[in-house]
Amino acid sequence: METQNKALPMVPLARSMCWHCQSDSGGEYFCGQCVKVQPLSKDIDYFTCLGLPRKLSIDTASLEGKFYEMSRAFHPDFYEGKSEMEQAVSLANSAVLNQAYRTLKDPILRVEYLLRLEAGAAKDIPGKAPADLFEAILEIQEHLEEFQTATAGNDTAASTRAADSLRNARKTLESKRAALESRLAELFQIWDRLVDKHSHDQAHSDQKEQTLKEMRGLLSERTYVANMLGSIAEALE
Amino acid sequence: MARIVGIDLGTTNSLIAYMNGKTPTVIRGPEGHAMVPSIVASTQEGFLVGDKAKAQFLGNTAQTVYSVKRFMGKGLTDVTPELQYFDFNLSEQNGVIRLQLGDTWLTPPEISALILKKLKDHAEQFFHEDIRKVVITVPAYFNDSQRQATKDAGKIAGLDVVRLVNEPTAASLAYGLQKRKQGIIAVYDLGGGTFDISILKLKGGIFEVLSTNGNTHLGGDDFDRRLVDEIVKDYQSRSGKTPFPDGAVIQNMRIAAEEAKCRLSSETETEIHLPMDNYRRTFTRAKFENLVNDLVEKTLAPCRQAIKDAGLSATDVDEVVLVGGSTRMPLVRQQVQALFGKTPHCELNPDEVVALGAAVQAHILAGGITDMLLLDVTPLSLGIETLGGIVSVLIPRNTTIPTSAREMFTTSVDGQVVVDMHVVQGERELARDCRSLARFELRGIDPMPAGMPKIEVVFLIDANGILQVAAKELRTGKAASIEVKPTYGLSEADVERMVEDSFAYAEADVEARLLIEARNEADTVMTHVERALRQSGELAPADEREAIRQALEELRQARSGTDRDLIHERTTALNRATEHLAEVMMDAALKDALGSKRAAEILASRGES
Repeated sequence: METQNKALPMVPLARSMCWHCQSDSGGEYFCGQCVKVQPLSKDIDYFTCLGLPRKLSIDTASLEGKFYEMSRAFHPDFYEGKSEMEQAVSLANSAVLNQAYRTLKDPILRVEYLLRLEAGAAKDIPGKAPADLFEAILEIQEHLEEFQTATAGNDTAASTRAADSLRNARKTLESKRAALESRLAELFQIWDRLVDKHSHDQAHSDQKEQTLKEMRGLLSERTYVANMLGSIAEALE
Repeated sequence: MARIVGIDLGTTNSLIAYMNGKTPTVIRGPEGHAMVPSIVASTQEGFLVGDKAKAQFLGNTAQTVYSVKRFMGKGLTDVTPELQYFDFNLSEQNGVIRLQLGDTWLTPPEISALILKKLKDHAEQFFHEDIRKVVITVPAYFNDSQRQATKDAGKIAGLDVVRLVNEPTAASLAYGLQKRKQGIIAVYDLGGGTFDISILKLKGGIFEVLSTNGNTHLGGDDFDRRLVDEIVKDYQSRSGKTPFPDGAVIQNMRIAAEEAKCRLSSETETEIHLPMDNYRRTFTRAKFENLVNDLVEKTLAPCRQAIKDAGLSATDVDEVVLVGGSTRMPLVRQQVQALFGKTPHCELNPDEVVALGAAVQAHILAGGITDMLLLDVTPLSLGIETLGGIVSVLIPRNTTIPTSAREMFTTSVDGQVVVDMHVVQGERELARDCRSLARFELRGIDPMPAGMPKIEVVFLIDANGILQVAAKELRTGKAASIEVKPTYGLSEADVERMVEDSFAYAEADVEARLLIEARNEADTVMTHVERALRQSGELAPADEREAIRQALEELRQARSGTDRDLIHERTTALNRATEHLAEVMMDAALKDALGSKRAAEILASRGES
């Protein structure tokens, strides 16, 4: 582990000015004059970083292609022997690029990130029990407790019974998760159509807000269901 | 750009390799071996490293250190259970193990540095130039402390470690370069002391690691110990003597066990013979496999986890590549084949492939290869301890590196000017179950009401998998100073001191340096003499030519050995044998020069007329 008490290289104030030759780099990754690598803006969002509109349906193959292409531009392997500043820029840019790809590659992380960008949601969306499964969830929690008590007390018959109930419960939860995800996928399409419209009227922005709100609700329930499935898997292992 | 070479710093053996045109190639030492045993001994003549240390091992078990890689970045309590298998003395100081060699106590990075210097010498003799820049491989599952310890070892050896590369990934580079394959490959790397599994996607020259897992304390050494335990039991029941704690007896058994293990990869039955009480025992392969079966099975859970983390199933894996000496065991091959449902590849030399891959990565860094790029991941989740000892994960495992995370910290008491944080690595929920990396103190915070300061801490994992931390107080914009107390590791000042100390242990080094010089001189003289014989040999009488050839051959033989005085002696002898030829050649050259001058003058005068 290494600490740096010296500050990391700062992003130049004028975004489009090359840190090296001060000519106008036009916001490109490499300066048109001196060809030095330019730092990504500190406020760049992951969609912009990978050259994508803020839409939720993403073709993963072309996303991967773009990621590989940009890795070839920024990766520290290609900056060995270059100046300290160029190495630092390459390291920082690669870190942003890698996070951007990781986030956008996964549909759930992608929509969570979009919510953060569009609605300024908190870092983690807290899990919330789906209302329609309220009773089922109470039951599952009981079974989990039964299972733990039975295993701790070496009561084989009771633990087998509880395990069976948990396996059934798992099916219920898995189908709920699938339903949540398929509705989420529908909302992805709706959101993308809204983005494509480029409208600025009130109805349009209301619709966008409404879509984000519903997505947030679905994510919250999905987190809860996923955690519950995690506990069952842990118990049954 | 300066030459960069690749080093595989292994538990049992170490190698150094370079790119010979487009082919990665291992560099052999003066004895003709590419593998340098990772063994360091303290003897009356000073430190011995490699083959020589290995050769004297059984007569000097308390002063010979092997498998030092198992101690890198560790504290004494981490390794207590295995101390009975070692004969040397260990202690701990400030979270770093020290090993006693002669009357000095050395840290694992210092001992590793001696091995690195040996490899460096081999490369310098080979290239006839100084080597400074290297790529060193580490197990993919090495944590931050173990990686830092490896980097420290390089520094102490006077090397600039431009990159640490994960061993299975390095192997995939060598493999991919040779085969030009696309698709999903799994690299199963079972070495002398560590196990790694990495799942990669190869596409258009990009080597993207999807996931990695492993166990940094599982390897050939552990198989040997199972056999040793069995021999001890048997020996006790037959002789009534307890070999523990007699280090020498145990080490005899360990060597015999290791050799038997290797034989059992090709034979179905072998005999172990010990000098003590003329002990003899036959082991079948089946018996051996029975003893180590659970250890081999211990590698399967990490494999399954890695497949799952890659978002794949075993059938998605197109090829399985075996790396590391322990994959020669038929049992390992069977288990791997059963898990992945396909025959693993083992056509690459499992002992050399990691070093060859390191050479490929070195060549990429030197700009010699531009169409290949390795995208590796961090093997362990990085987190900070929060209230109640719970870990808050900042960077999950299998995140592509370099990567970074930001976290905001504040104060909980009015006027507080220092904030503590505890950084850990691991997959468990509680900090105490994870690996503690370091405790930080953020200082220089202006006194403010509680909760007012906003300190942004940036955690950045670089391409070596090593964490860098920087902090800034956002209100004032001033960089907060960070004081780190690494839990298991050397401070920068420690390393600086060790770099200096290393010259004191370098008697063997001076010897090596003088040997290189003697050889270089011999090479120069031999080259000149060969050229002279070729161009002007006819100027000397036949018996003189024969004497020169004789002297040349004698020097050539001396040069391939390590006796520096002999090389000097024969270099002088060769010089003497050629004295007359040199004179005759000089005369001839002079005559030539005069002759040609005359000719030129004649031509010139003709031109004038």
